[in-house]
Amino acid sequence: MLKTPPSPLEAAPAPANGRDPQLHQLADLADWRAALTAADQPNQPAITVCGGTGCRVYGSERVCQALQRELAARGDGRPVRVTGCHGFCERGPLVVLHPQRLMYTRVKPEDAAEIAAATVDGGRVLDRLLYTEPQSGARLPYETEVPFYKHQHRLVLDLNGTLDPLSLADYVAAGGYAALAKALALTPAAVIAEVKASGLRGRGGAGFPTGQKWDLCRRQPGDVKYVICNADEGDPGAYMDRSIMEGNPHRVLEGMLIGAYAIGARRGFVYIRNEYPLAVKHLRAAIAQAEARGLLGENILGSGFDFRVSVRLGSGAFVCGEETALMASIEGRVGEPRPRPPYPAEAGLWGKPTNINNVKSWAAVPLILANGADWYAQLGTPTSKGTLIFSVVGKINNTGLVEVPLGISLRRLIFDIGGGIPGGKAFKAAQIGGPSGGCIPAEHLDTSIDYESLTALGAIVGSGGLVVADEDTCMVDFARYFMQFTQEESCGKCVPCRVGTQAMLATLERICAGHGQPGDVDYLLELGEMIKRSSLCGLGQTAPNPVLSTLRYFRAEYDAHILHKRCPAKVCKGLITYAIQPERCSGCQVCLRNCPAGAIHGAKQQIHTIDPAVCTRCGLCQSVCKFDAVTVN
Amino acid sequence: MLLPVGDLYQLIDQEARGEGSVIAALEAVQARCRYLPRAALILAGERFHLPLADVYAVATFYNAFSLKPKGRHCLQVCMGTACHVRGSPRVLERLATRLGVSPGATTRDREFTLETVNCLGACALGPIVVADGEYSGQMTAPKAEMLWKRLTRQAAEAQHA
Repeated sequence: MLKTPPSPLEAAPAPANGRDPQLHQLADLADWRAALTAADQPNQPAITVCGGTGCRVYGSERVCQALQRELAARGDGRPVRVTGCHGFCERGPLVVLHPQRLMYTRVKPEDAAEIAAATVDGGRVLDRLLYTEPQSGARLPYETEVPFYKHQHRLVLDLNGTLDPLSLADYVAAGGYAALAKALALTPAAVIAEVKASGLRGRGGAGFPTGQKWDLCRRQPGDVKYVICNADEGDPGAYMDRSIMEGNPHRVLEGMLIGAYAIGARRGFVYIRNEYPLAVKHLRAAIAQAEARGLLGENILGSGFDFRVSVRLGSGAFVCGEETALMASIEGRVGEPRPRPPYPAEAGLWGKPTNINNVKSWAAVPLILANGADWYAQLGTPTSKGTLIFSVVGKINNTGLVEVPLGISLRRLIFDIGGGIPGGKAFKAAQIGGPSGGCIPAEHLDTSIDYESLTALGAIVGSGGLVVADEDTCMVDFARYFMQFTQEESCGKCVPCRVGTQAMLATLERICAGHGQPGDVDYLLELGEMIKRSSLCGLGQTAPNPVLSTLRYFRAEYDAHILHKRCPAKVCKGLITYAIQPERCSGCQVCLRNCPAGAIHGAKQQIHTIDPAVCTRCGLCQSVCKFDAVTVN
Repeated sequence: MLLPVGDLYQLIDQEARGEGSVIAALEAVQARCRYLPRAALILAGERFHLPLADVYAVATFYNAFSLKPKGRHCLQVCMGTACHVRGSPRVLERLATRLGVSPGATTRDREFTLETVNCLGACALGPIVVADGEYSGQMTAPKAEMLWKRLTRQAAEAQHA
């Protein structure tokens, strides 16, 4: 039996502090929204600056301040605000002028004066800041005509580019919490029926029907139930959960409120990664605002429904994204998974019925309630409804967050929205679903993206991380990378995962180092199948997927490494050598001075040579040579 | 940073009085001291009525906790997939060579700790290095070299001052 410490929450419910009970009943919310929107002119000018983590690194906050200063100096009263992530990270910092949605890309603080003088005062478009289409060279002024946005279908991310994430009023004015009001007027069973009818499936990876999961939890006996938002987004290369929480935290809270009402929970937790400080800050601010207005606390909007939410920080353990490990972590224990059944719906947090959903699932719920199940179910395929959010990263022109209907083809996603591969390189594979997923090679580019099709190809929808690999990516090294990740993150509780991933990693490292042996591939296949069958939790059960899927589609690359001692992509250090082409070397000595290993010889004006016995294959010589004289073989 | 035992207890007690778990208490100590001193583990065990072994298990399970003091400056190299395919291993290797420590370790003078992180979620900027919270994007080995030079110069100047 697992030790479940008594919940400190059941013992002493904390009083709702600092509550500013302004919204006593459903009508108050509607009145507030009416008052907020009455002040707004339609098509009021405004400027939004992307405040996603990527754009902030590039200085978007300073851009915003510079714009505010310029406008203030002119006495121009239009609001300039930092919003959540607009999604087009590749071109950040992004500045959008509303209502036309004129988009400037890669804006620097120094550009603010010119934007104010030319565009705000003169109504002129600054060509140099516009998005330029790489293929045609055409400059596209408006957000809506840029291919990256044009082919998307933004539902969950729709408000990310316009709302001030720190303003509850902004969210309410945009229709926020109307879905909650609608849900509170329904019976819990009717709310669940609506979610079931929408066909929403869990967006955390497994794709279990959300409404069915809620129903299971609701039917459990007992007064104390919990809802949890899983925001422990650990898949490397996936960051949509963070962007939703940073850009629109109230929508996540609203989804949780609706779910808690339907299930009969009075308490909720958001378990969020410590590595996401901005998301934590915005979510905490949203909770405080909702509490102050009476959208969280007791007798919410006069319905008799009580609900409170707390934030719990993850402390850096990938396995805590697994639901039973996550609950152990909230309870203050080591985040190790446990066998299921019992499922969380039966015995979850502190042994009570618990419903866990991913950030994206919670954020989709208000949309379904507000617009109706039929509206949501229009999008997608017969078995996979609605939209999915992908973070398209790696060797791709338009890195960013993309929301598309389920059923879209991979080709459209990568080439129409993602803009293809940089540098005219050839597409090799798309890795979907991170360390638990698999890769999809070029011959399956026309596959429809939905739960069933991806599973058939050996990949999964997973968390929505989509990493593009090009001809310069070594698939064996890629598989080794994921195996190293899961091996390090394996909690060590069950043997197949703890020892099995180590054995697979050791074999892959040997192959990459040039010491592969015939039979290694069969060994990897056998181990992989064994680990999948016998591991305790989802981490181990999916850990071999990247290896098995690269073996399925890129067996020739493994054979080249093992049998011919060659890395076709020229990545694996044990299998490559650096050399200087004599006809190109000018004898400038730059490589010689930069070589950290002292492996390069040659006098000034003389052709240099690299001693392969001393060379550490760091590649620095190649990166500093101005004459492209260093080649890899 | 070393804290008097009384202050340590206060940090832990504060979390225990709220609805925080032992994890939250250790997080508070880690944030203040940049590591978990032995005394903090013992105090946390007493305050939360847990055997020291359980506290130790928690402290060693989660990556955010360190039982050894960390350096004055923290260098984090993102090893997420997007950064990996764009060459973060070379960036990490260069920093490790220059600092003379392997990833996860602290330099002997306790100035720098070199760490790896699994995806900071700023994949468009990859490879990324975060130095004391300051992000540097699109890193290469030569740029890592420049960053290392700047940081060591700043550290030396700070010591003189």
